[in-house]
Amino acid sequence: MNIAVCLKQVPGTTKVKVDPQTNTLVRQGIENIVNPFDTYALEEGVRIKERYGGKVTAISMGPPQAEAVLREAISSGADDAILLSDSAFAGADTLATAYTLAKAIERLQECDLIICGRQTVDGDTGQVAPELAEMLGIPFIAYVSQIEEVSNGYMRLQRMVEDGHEVMETPLPAVISVVKEINVPRLPSLRGLTKAKSAVIPVWSISELGVDKTRVGLSGSATKVIKIFFPQRVHHGEILQGELENQVDSLVEKLREVKIV
Amino acid sequence: MGIQIDLDNCIGCGNCLPACPYGLIELIDEKARINEGCTLCGACQEACEYDAILIEAAAETVEISDSHHGIWVFAEQRDGRLKSVGYELLAKGRQLADTLDTELCAVCFGHNINETEQLIAYGADKVYLIDNPALANNQEELYTRELVKLIQQYKPAVVVAGATSLGRSFIPRVAAILRTGLTADCTGLEIDTETRLLMQTRPTFGGNIMATIICQAKRPQMSTVRPRVFKKGTPDNKRKGQIIKVDFNGESVTSRTKLLNFVEDLTERVKLEDADIIVSGGRGLGKAENFQLLEELASVMGAALGSSRPPVDHGWIPYSHQVGQTGKTVCPKLYIACGISGAVQHLAGMQTSDTILAINDDPNAPIFEVASYGIVGDLFKVVPMMIDRLKKG
Repeated sequence: MNIAVCLKQVPGTTKVKVDPQTNTLVRQGIENIVNPFDTYALEEGVRIKERYGGKVTAISMGPPQAEAVLREAISSGADDAILLSDSAFAGADTLATAYTLAKAIERLQECDLIICGRQTVDGDTGQVAPELAEMLGIPFIAYVSQIEEVSNGYMRLQRMVEDGHEVMETPLPAVISVVKEINVPRLPSLRGLTKAKSAVIPVWSISELGVDKTRVGLSGSATKVIKIFFPQRVHHGEILQGELENQVDSLVEKLREVKIV
Repeated sequence: MGIQIDLDNCIGCGNCLPACPYGLIELIDEKARINEGCTLCGACQEACEYDAILIEAAAETVEISDSHHGIWVFAEQRDGRLKSVGYELLAKGRQLADTLDTELCAVCFGHNINETEQLIAYGADKVYLIDNPALANNQEELYTRELVKLIQQYKPAVVVAGATSLGRSFIPRVAAILRTGLTADCTGLEIDTETRLLMQTRPTFGGNIMATIICQAKRPQMSTVRPRVFKKGTPDNKRKGQIIKVDFNGESVTSRTKLLNFVEDLTERVKLEDADIIVSGGRGLGKAENFQLLEELASVMGAALGSSRPPVDHGWIPYSHQVGQTGKTVCPKLYIACGISGAVQHLAGMQTSDTILAINDDPNAPIFEVASYGIVGDLFKVVPMMIDRLKKG
């Protein structure tokens, strides 16, 4: 099994705060991290490799410093890594990103399985994986929570839907996106850390990829952000006062008044 | 990068620094510098009075012909029953269609679908319906091909679908084939009357920032919208419309992926999406067994049981109960948050509820900022009291 895992470098958003004075994101002290959902994608790739043999290649598109997520991937079990980086890739929406990744995966040749996280924590779209599958012309299954078996060019797996889960089968090659329920990612091994430190990570730019310039980055993006603003939370709420017993009494009364209960 | 500072024009005034919502601009040697991470939103360009910020615009080579018109809503069904999100999108779609003075169409795929005429009652002028046994069970591959074919044939200007697990996995494939733009999880859709473009507003950065997005040069303009973000209208059974049955040629397309089995999660007795009241628990519950207390409150009130992320992560309750950014968006009449601190990702999934009651022992918990009523106290005391009062009737 040749497995490609797509990873994105994102700001550690749980720490994002808005400066009330300037109304901007406070970036101080925010480090870049691997998109948390992508760590499950990598772990699953490594587990499939350990079960069926083959190799795992980690791919990321981003600025030069995104190399850090690829070194992290190698320390956690990826065999190889490739960084897609070019100033022309900046400003890409999901369509342009999926196209660029598709071109890289075509260049890798003979990928049996491409694994992505369910979505990123910065953009939150979850669109790159299905768009990537369509550009590669191969099947796609979202929200995979368990790989049951791989045999004879087919994979059987479970995926989560709103009201339960579905058992599905797909021929390979295919693209899947995984949810965090699928595994518990391992910690980097000492051997992995050593390997990651000395690994040479090739950088593929427009010329290596041989891509159509009008389909990458900002020029290849169909969507455009025209305005950014901060959500206003209007607060009309009431914190109930007094003894707990009395608070509950008045609450139940209020709910009855508006006929909710 | 598509953005540059004209060093001759930049006087180092610093006006652009606070304008950047991402805080990426710094002054170095009295010239602005833009760091990595820029999304080319243009906020700094607006703030600059010296024309010193240049943004390389995307090549607008594609001419939009007038042949694209009409607003389309993908109306999702499961087991032949139309989902509420389709009706919600028709209410919004009707507004958009009326603004553009164009038609509103629903598209529906499945087998033995009930009440398709309801799509007309809820605002559709036309319904494109493909009813075939092969299309039961949400066949994503077939849905992708069929929707692409219909869009290519009838050329709608806008296509909107629910951001359900089905919509989120097959609509991007449709957009990729058509090489057009798609905006996920929109919370606002409006028409700019001047440009006639669809203004798509969505939360990003875990709900910390809102972004308005357009798709200028490609058609159709496509969006997904989470269930319960827009409100259903009132059906008008006298509305006239047309149901257009489209043939399905099962021989030309077969699905590569196969559904072998569906295992329903039976712990969810009242569906979150359909519930008028939701009782939800968070980290403050402490352990799985304590959900029993919430279940008791839920059963007294006829409510559905929800959860924030930590209990799902700890395995106290299945994922199908999760409310928030990576779970479900809900909009009940009453949302009772017990022991939920109110991380922005959770708020994103429930803050439009009509009434929110928060019970938490931490008076500084962010959940109180969105709560209609807050009780600062121990949920293990408050909830039993509520059950007691409600039982007394």
